[in-house]
Amino acid sequence: MNGMSLIVKKVTQLMAGIIFLYGVYIMLHGHLTPGGGFAGGTIVAGSFILLIVANGIRVFGLHREEQLSSAAESIAILVFLLLATAGMLMGAMWFFRNYLPHGTPGNIASAGVIPIYNLVVGTEVAAALLTIFLGFVIFKAED
Amino acid sequence: MMEALLPLFVVIPLGFAFITAVAGRYIPQFHRIAIPLVFLFLAGLSAWMMANIRENILLYMVGGWEPVNGIPIGIHLSADGLSVLLLVIINTLAFFSAFYSYAYIEQYTSGQYFYALFCLMVAGMNGVAVTGDIFNLYVFLEIAAIASYALVAFGTKKEELEASFKYQVLGGLGSLFILFGIGVLYWATGTLNMADMHKLLGSAPASPGIVFAGVLLLAGFGIKSAMVPFHSWLPDAHSSAPSPISAMLSGVLIKAIGIYCLFRFFFNLFAVSVQFAYGITTLGVISMLVGGFLAINQWDTKRLLAYSSISQMGYVVMSTGIGMILLCRGGDMKIAALAIFGGVYHLVNHAFFKGLLFLNAGALEYRLQTRDLLKMGGLAHAMPVTSATSLVASMAISGIPPFNGFFSKLIIIIAAVRAGFYGLAILAVIVSIITLAYYLKFQRYAFYGKPSESGLPEKDVPFSMKGTMILLALCCLLLSVLVFPSLRNLFLMPAVHALMNMTL
Amino acid sequence: MVLFVMCFLLFLVGLYGVLTRRNLIKIIIALSIMEYSLNLFFILIGYVKGGEIPILKKAGTVPAVVVDPLPQAMILTAIVIGLATTALLLAIAIRLYRKYKTFDVSGINALKG
Repeated sequence: MNGMSLIVKKVTQLMAGIIFLYGVYIMLHGHLTPGGGFAGGTIVAGSFILLIVANGIRVFGLHREEQLSSAAESIAILVFLLLATAGMLMGAMWFFRNYLPHGTPGNIASAGVIPIYNLVVGTEVAAALLTIFLGFVIFKAED
Repeated sequence: MMEALLPLFVVIPLGFAFITAVAGRYIPQFHRIAIPLVFLFLAGLSAWMMANIRENILLYMVGGWEPVNGIPIGIHLSADGLSVLLLVIINTLAFFSAFYSYAYIEQYTSGQYFYALFCLMVAGMNGVAVTGDIFNLYVFLEIAAIASYALVAFGTKKEELEASFKYQVLGGLGSLFILFGIGVLYWATGTLNMADMHKLLGSAPASPGIVFAGVLLLAGFGIKSAMVPFHSWLPDAHSSAPSPISAMLSGVLIKAIGIYCLFRFFFNLFAVSVQFAYGITTLGVISMLVGGFLAINQWDTKRLLAYSSISQMGYVVMSTGIGMILLCRGGDMKIAALAIFGGVYHLVNHAFFKGLLFLNAGALEYRLQTRDLLKMGGLAHAMPVTSATSLVASMAISGIPPFNGFFSKLIIIIAAVRAGFYGLAILAVIVSIITLAYYLKFQRYAFYGKPSESGLPEKDVPFSMKGTMILLALCCLLLSVLVFPSLRNLFLMPAVHALMNMTL
Repeated sequence: MVLFVMCFLLFLVGLYGVLTRRNLIKIIIALSIMEYSLNLFFILIGYVKGGEIPILKKAGTVPAVVVDPLPQAMILTAIVIGLATTALLLAIAIRLYRKYKTFDVSGINALKG
């Protein structure tokens, strides 16, 4: 399936980077502003999907991409579980406890382990949405 | 110390699900060996907890958030006798199904995704059993349900996809009703914690909002546990799924996310009310009758077993409903305890013998590539292990001594008679005779009689399938000792007291 | 109060769609409508008259009246669950179309009895 016209391709190539950065901003500031992992992850996935929709589909490249995003999703969840249980082993004694230093409210490096959770959940959601989209596209293109 | 083990039941299957999804692509046989061992460990852990819990309630505050001014913040995991009993059933049956599917999934190409989804489903069910917070219960229920939707459609044949779609639409409706009910409950009480909500709701008479939430929750959990008239997804889904998944679905899923949640909400959260008790008992009686009658003229083995599941779940719900009616009316506590004990004991038994029956049907399908009873015949000598274990399971479910089904059905009928519901007791006996009838039909057409023209298979099923079936048949025989008082007080009475004392 | 009734009406519209429509995609859309109505219902539960957003703007200053943040956290989770349900339904619907060549429910009836 061919992509869209040249204007659309050029504009999306310019905008995709900005959208990606905006998604990462929402992910990082999850403990200070509304948003957090899931919303930021959706926006990051949106930037990738925009690129694929605008530039057309060549199925071979997308197979490899789908394997990568599927692996990234599983690894992100395993990192999340590892972080959640590492606190239990390192002396915090409860599963899921917030064990890094809390810092002052209002800074980015505050609220303990929550910004790291937001980043990991964001990558997981972005990878999952990308895998779902690529699954649909590859199934349709193999027709 | 035992509290710290409670998150393990959710974290270990969840971790292994994603490890399998990644590692299964590179290490070929990893998942087939590792996953049964994981579930064996969890089954042993839950059995150890069962032996040590007595009448205590374990409480674990996730994240260490202590209650502020007596109001709980944060999610609590709590386990009493009923939760730990359910954990034992889930993990034991998961071990047997995972061991059985060692040989069964050779026919599928992407086996690692099968095991990943299987682990996710068990993680969700374990989460439902240990949680103490109603929205957390909804999240784990959805995890288990979505994993089961994907597992039913795993083979991607025509019938499997259609069955999965019907299952998904009805299951999605049930989940939305449950979410609506949870929303109304939060609006009325302002808290999500089960123990806190019991303090707020347990003593006051029911306001219209609470009754509305109760009706919604009854509809939602009725859809999930396949009570009539919400049962139409069950025959298609349980007959089209791969056989170890059918055993898990019929053996634990409708119990863990349907009946267990129903009991938790209506015994332990709301104040017991007479209208809901009569409603639950009526649903149980209708399910018992309709499931039994519809199973008689089925010629597809797994469809027959699926309708039989509806009927047996009707027994459990009817018996527990009788106990609830007696609790409301202030009747004799001993008879109420007997009725609830009958229901819980039948729940445990049904998991084991229905799991064994579905695994037998899977063994027949593995060798003969068909599920039609008219195309089978005379398999008693060609497949001796399958035939013998199937006979054991059929005798157990029909209620023939000395197997476990006899004792649990006897207790249900005795409790119904002593409570004064003579009509229900007669109906229970009639449905038991009908159950015997269609299991005799199953045995005669599949294993005895003349061989069909497609011939007999040359040997029985592979070792992993045979071993699982023999172990389950032994369990069916051994579980009948749970009726003796010392073992009964150790294993089943904590669950009954958890439901009756209305403590969490 | 009117808003709660309208949310419930939206829920009933979705229920009507699931029960009566015959095209698979319309059933999926109706299920999504039901789920969005529940999201709106939860947000309406959490509203407190005159409340501010539940975020600390400066360290140590808590606003006097805040809206309830717990339903907002519940809604985030419910939206993710709805996404997973819809994605799986659509994947199965596409494969069903490939096998049965129709989206009509009455044409998809290989399993009977």
